[in-house]
Amino acid sequence: MNKILVGVIVGAVLGLIDGATAWFTPEVRSQMLGIIIGSTMKGVIAGIAAGWYARRVQSVPKGIAFGFIVGLVLAFAVAAMPNPDGTHYWWQIMVPGSILGGVIGWATQRYGRPASARAAN
Amino acid sequence: MRFLSDDAVAHLRVITEQPDLSGTRYDLVRELGRGGMGIVYEVRDRELERNVAMKVVEQEWGAEARIIAALEHPGIVPIHDAGILPDGRLYYTMKLVRGMRLDDWARQGHSRTERLRLFTRICEPAAFAHANGVVHRDLKPENVMVGEFGAVLVMDWGVAGVGTPGYMAPEQTRRENPDARSDVFALGALLAFLLRDDSIPRPLAAIIARAMSTEPAMRYANADALADDVLRHLDQEPVSAYHETLLERAGRFLTRHRALVTLIAAYIVMRVIVFFWMRL
Repeated sequence: MNKILVGVIVGAVLGLIDGATAWFTPEVRSQMLGIIIGSTMKGVIAGIAAGWYARRVQSVPKGIAFGFIVGLVLAFAVAAMPNPDGTHYWWQIMVPGSILGGVIGWATQRYGRPASARAAN
Repeated sequence: MRFLSDDAVAHLRVITEQPDLSGTRYDLVRELGRGGMGIVYEVRDRELERNVAMKVVEQEWGAEARIIAALEHPGIVPIHDAGILPDGRLYYTMKLVRGMRLDDWARQGHSRTERLRLFTRICEPAAFAHANGVVHRDLKPENVMVGEFGAVLVMDWGVAGVGTPGYMAPEQTRRENPDARSDVFALGALLAFLLRDDSIPRPLAAIIARAMSTEPAMRYANADALADDVLRHLDQEPVSAYHETLLERAGRFLTRHRALVTLIAAYIVMRVIVFFWMRL
């Protein structure tokens, strides 16, 4: 399994879990399905990006930092969308999103077949 | 009556023991050391214009040269040349190792990780020899040289009938035929020597205990298996010699995956904060 695939799987799972935690916020429960789908897609995109990075750079700290930044940017894009009442959940979305991006970055650094192994084969 | 001084007697003794190198292409430089099986000198190779080590032994100990010559490994000193001196003694020349003995190296205050990594490098030539049917029989700190860049060279191979108390396996003391597991016993003692100034973690203590089991069947089968367990310990993985408790396994997981655990803990904390924030 290559690193991009690892990123996709880990990102999808973490995105799903992160989206599901919205259930604890009653105000957004009516939008649960959209939140879960969006969060899962966000995780997949972050996983692809982190996996791509991990194939080029072998460094766990750098991978975590890269994933963190990708997660932050994607979470910002989501947080920028206003709620029905016009408010924004900035840090409530961006902080957990960036942390999970860091987890995805860690996973793609630690697991998955690196690009050099494929070339050697 | 005149007597010779102690210094003169000592000098005469040195002179008479010096090898007669006439007929060879070597010139004597100095004595490097002496062991039970022979004397090692630094000599100058006139043809290749380099200094090499020359070991002079009685002919019945010539098996060592043939054993070493058959083993080509970076951790085993290569034999350059061999022959017989005019006085009937056998000589063989080998690479002059510039470095220090392991016991001197160990006094320099290296970290445990450095000592363990060096130990695994000591196991490599031993494992190679075992794979080729050769047993060292006298592994000890004095027979290991650490080179300038951390390279390891194991000396004094395959000489029968020797052993050193503390490093000699029980079957060797009983004059039974030693095998690779006898070397494993010595390697276990060597590992204990390298860690003697430390508080030894339980997995490492278990590795040492298994390597130094009085029953050969209870030890690691060869140096490779022993080195593998030490490497697993260095990589914070479970070792075969030690059965971890659940708590120890959890602690090892936390240590090994510190970054992941920190990130997950941070995420959970954030989620809890968000949960309560939304209710304010």
